[in-house]
Amino acid sequence: MRRGLFLPIAATLGFAFLYLPIISLVVFSFNESDLVTVWSGFSTKWYGKLFADEQMLGAAWLSLRIAFFSATFALVLGTLCAVALVRFKRFRGRTVLAGTVSAPLVMPDVITGLAMLLLFVGMESVLGWPAGRGIVTIIIAHTTFCMAYITVVVQSRLSDLDLSLEEAAMDLGATPFRVFFDITLPIIAPALVSGWLLGFTLSLDDLVIASFVSGPGSSTLPMVIFSKIKLGVSPDVNALATIIIGVVALGVVAATIIGLRSSSKVKRA
Amino acid sequence: MTLTGNQLPPPRRLRPWSGLERRLRDVGISGRTLVIAAPAIWLTVFFLVPLFVVFGISLATKQFGRPPYSPLLTTEGGTVQLTLHLSNYLKLFTDPLYVAAYLSSIRIALIATVITLFIGYPMAYAIARAPDKWRNILLMLVILPFWTSFLLRVYALSGFMRGNGVINQILAVFGIEPLVMMQTNFAVYVGIVYTYLPFMILPLYTTLVKLDTSLLEASADLGSRPWQTFLSVTLPLSLPGIIAGSMLVFIPAIGEFVIPSLLGGPETLMIGRVLWDEFFGATNWPRAAAVAVAMLVVVVIPILLLQKAQDAVVEKGK
Repeated sequence: MRRGLFLPIAATLGFAFLYLPIISLVVFSFNESDLVTVWSGFSTKWYGKLFADEQMLGAAWLSLRIAFFSATFALVLGTLCAVALVRFKRFRGRTVLAGTVSAPLVMPDVITGLAMLLLFVGMESVLGWPAGRGIVTIIIAHTTFCMAYITVVVQSRLSDLDLSLEEAAMDLGATPFRVFFDITLPIIAPALVSGWLLGFTLSLDDLVIASFVSGPGSSTLPMVIFSKIKLGVSPDVNALATIIIGVVALGVVAATIIGLRSSSKVKRA
Repeated sequence: MTLTGNQLPPPRRLRPWSGLERRLRDVGISGRTLVIAAPAIWLTVFFLVPLFVVFGISLATKQFGRPPYSPLLTTEGGTVQLTLHLSNYLKLFTDPLYVAAYLSSIRIALIATVITLFIGYPMAYAIARAPDKWRNILLMLVILPFWTSFLLRVYALSGFMRGNGVINQILAVFGIEPLVMMQTNFAVYVGIVYTYLPFMILPLYTTLVKLDTSLLEASADLGSRPWQTFLSVTLPLSLPGIIAGSMLVFIPAIGEFVIPSLLGGPETLMIGRVLWDEFFGATNWPRAAAVAVAMLVVVVIPILLLQKAQDAVVEKGK
């Protein structure tokens, strides 16, 4: 059967296309030579150089802090938004809220970045806040677009949720606050964890929006990487990429294994 | 003295929110209002208002100073004067650069979306038809690049395609002249396909995995050849996935900045890059704002059209 062969071959080629560039990037991070493409022997010197690079380390620390706060704020706001959209069927401006929260998903980064910057400049001249731009303005901008993704993740979990548990708690006299914190929150916890991780990754990854709203002395990691690779290849970026890819791969593999275990438990039960 | 059960305080877990709840109720704010208001206020201030600010500043002109644009409202002798300039929009229509950039962005995004669909469809179909134990691993392999940095994936691709990159070294082994791939539109297509492939595969997979295989068997029993079955059963049923996946690739690709600036050459004209250069290079903020407003129109129209197409498909499915 010809179709029997076509699909596996197409899939193999497709996965090769996805993974060969990444594999070559990882391999050349262990290259002795500073030519990123010619192999001249195994070395870990680029990792040493990376950890001695003050600018890169500073940018990485800044980006991690921004990602932590942005993901956390976005998680709170995104969860509230998801609860409002799923649980409260009727309120004024529901359609506007639903549209506005998903709009950042399709908004080109250059527009979001420019719009945020013009807002901050305008606010500064009218209100005197935020004075200048830096970590605070980046966190505000990242919170806004991460919130959109987190709302989608939490919304889909909430709409699958069995309402009878919440109703039972209400019947037993629990206040809405208590129902939310004691029943709803523990059940949607997995969605909250993956939403937070998604927000953290998106914030850590953003180049365009951060470039618009950052100020002098607040260059994030993607901004430093971008200016480095704009000038040409640099093996220490390969080393950094290898570390990031390694951490992400471990995380995704672990999450998949945990997911498989729990789903097979459910099947057995 | 003996303590009876009644006198013991009930075991209480710490509930910091019950105090908060009481205090809010005292001021007359219900939990419901708070839940709706917090995200609504945030989105209004940091998403809707900025879009209006962009529109406002697109009607100003560039001037030296801080901020580098002319004020819209000026007070002169007690009267407030509103000055609006349409020159930025006029420039967008008269300067061939901008029109060419919009058209070329749409063309590049469209071609790249079609290529992504042709590569992504067989992959999604293969994953959907794979044995159970393989399926999750293959899906994980699709999702994994999505979690790794976009910028670093573009960098990995540039290392692959550059003059002395991996591809040209392999070609050299066979005695083939090195190909010039970087700084061309070709590299931009490869870049978009490479980075957006997971967005195409995942929605396609979700529709293809739900496909009822008995329909395929019925079609085969009735004498259809595999490709006839594919064209008349599988393809129409996977249309929602095709539309969703194409939307997820096409729309962000129009406004793409990183790929054209790292992989593209001087002849690669894309609107995201034009906006960036207008802002950071020429520091013409009002012009950049006008480019953004026009770009928003270009992005919103395909969204509305595709939304309509998707609704029609769903309608038909019912």
